[in-house]
Amino acid sequence: MSAALLIDLILWGSVAAVGFIAYRNGPKVLKASLREGSMDFVNIVPRIALGVIGSGYIAAVMPQEIITGWLGPNSGWFGVLAAIAGAATPGGPVVGFSIGAVALKAGGGPPQVLAYVIAWALFAFQRLLLWEIPFMPARFVWFRAAVSLPFPFLAAAIAMAIGRP
Amino acid sequence: MQASDAAEGEPRPGRIRKPVGWSMITIGVLVAVSATLVWHRDGFGGVLDILTHDVTLFGRMLPRVLAGCLLGAFIAEILPHEKVSRSLGPNSGLKGLLIGAAFGAILPGGPFTAYPVASALLTVGADFGATIAMVVSWTLIGYGRAVAWELPIMGTDFTLWRIVISLPLPVLAGAFGRFVYVRMYPKDVE
Repeated sequence: MSAALLIDLILWGSVAAVGFIAYRNGPKVLKASLREGSMDFVNIVPRIALGVIGSGYIAAVMPQEIITGWLGPNSGWFGVLAAIAGAATPGGPVVGFSIGAVALKAGGGPPQVLAYVIAWALFAFQRLLLWEIPFMPARFVWFRAAVSLPFPFLAAAIAMAIGRP
Repeated sequence: MQASDAAEGEPRPGRIRKPVGWSMITIGVLVAVSATLVWHRDGFGGVLDILTHDVTLFGRMLPRVLAGCLLGAFIAEILPHEKVSRSLGPNSGLKGLLIGAAFGAILPGGPFTAYPVASALLTVGADFGATIAMVVSWTLIGYGRAVAWELPIMGTDFTLWRIVISLPLPVLAGAFGRFVYVRMYPKDVE
């Protein structure tokens, strides 16, 4: 749990640091940003409650073996499938990386698994729905996702070219 | 780009917040269907197990979400608009993309900090390109997830090569985003 503690310390330390700068800019600025931040928090909590509490159920019914199978050495359309698999993976980082690790052990090609991990990082639907859409303008979210589409493929191509990992 | 700007020391007017949208409805329906399936398969005990686990997780996450919201709000207030537009705006060039990518890589915390801060940057004058570089960099190069989850699960060799191969991607994604954006929305860029 010491890693979690460290993350919290860095996090609240950063909040205190920027809060102090806001205070130096005047109490009005501090008050306004505190109000804005609290309003954001109140507004976002129901969405996060639904997503966090609900995601366990989604993860429990998603057939992870299918996703692992997509990443096998014979998956010719690996890039497409990796991107779809990445986007479709439910749950948090444990699920995403575990599927990658299982696929590697089961004989999946490293470039495929790499493409999968990167696609998961870029498009995991749960993170998009739960975090990115509530916080960011909708136009930004879809634009960002569309622009990111080539990159799992590019990463796999680089991995194949250099023969790593 | 938002035109709203405030004089030094004057708080910006509050942002307009979205009401419950289709994303909430989608995830709500998905959760309801999944919970019903779990109930069918594992009975009431299975439903309760997951609920207990996830409510605990949610409780532990709440303070961090608050920290992220405050961080985003402070950053939106204290960053001077002209300076951000100059160093992260549409005309900031490669340097702006590099700053965005570096910022995303060093940002502490998880999604609860990355997205509020990214949203704050957009509000104070960063363009889509620099913000995309920041978000993609946070997601691919940010050390938080790599150290906490990827290293122990995927192993050192895979993780390090994955990061090395990912290094150019945030700037490329930002440049691609900027390239497409000025052609799709020419009116937004002077």
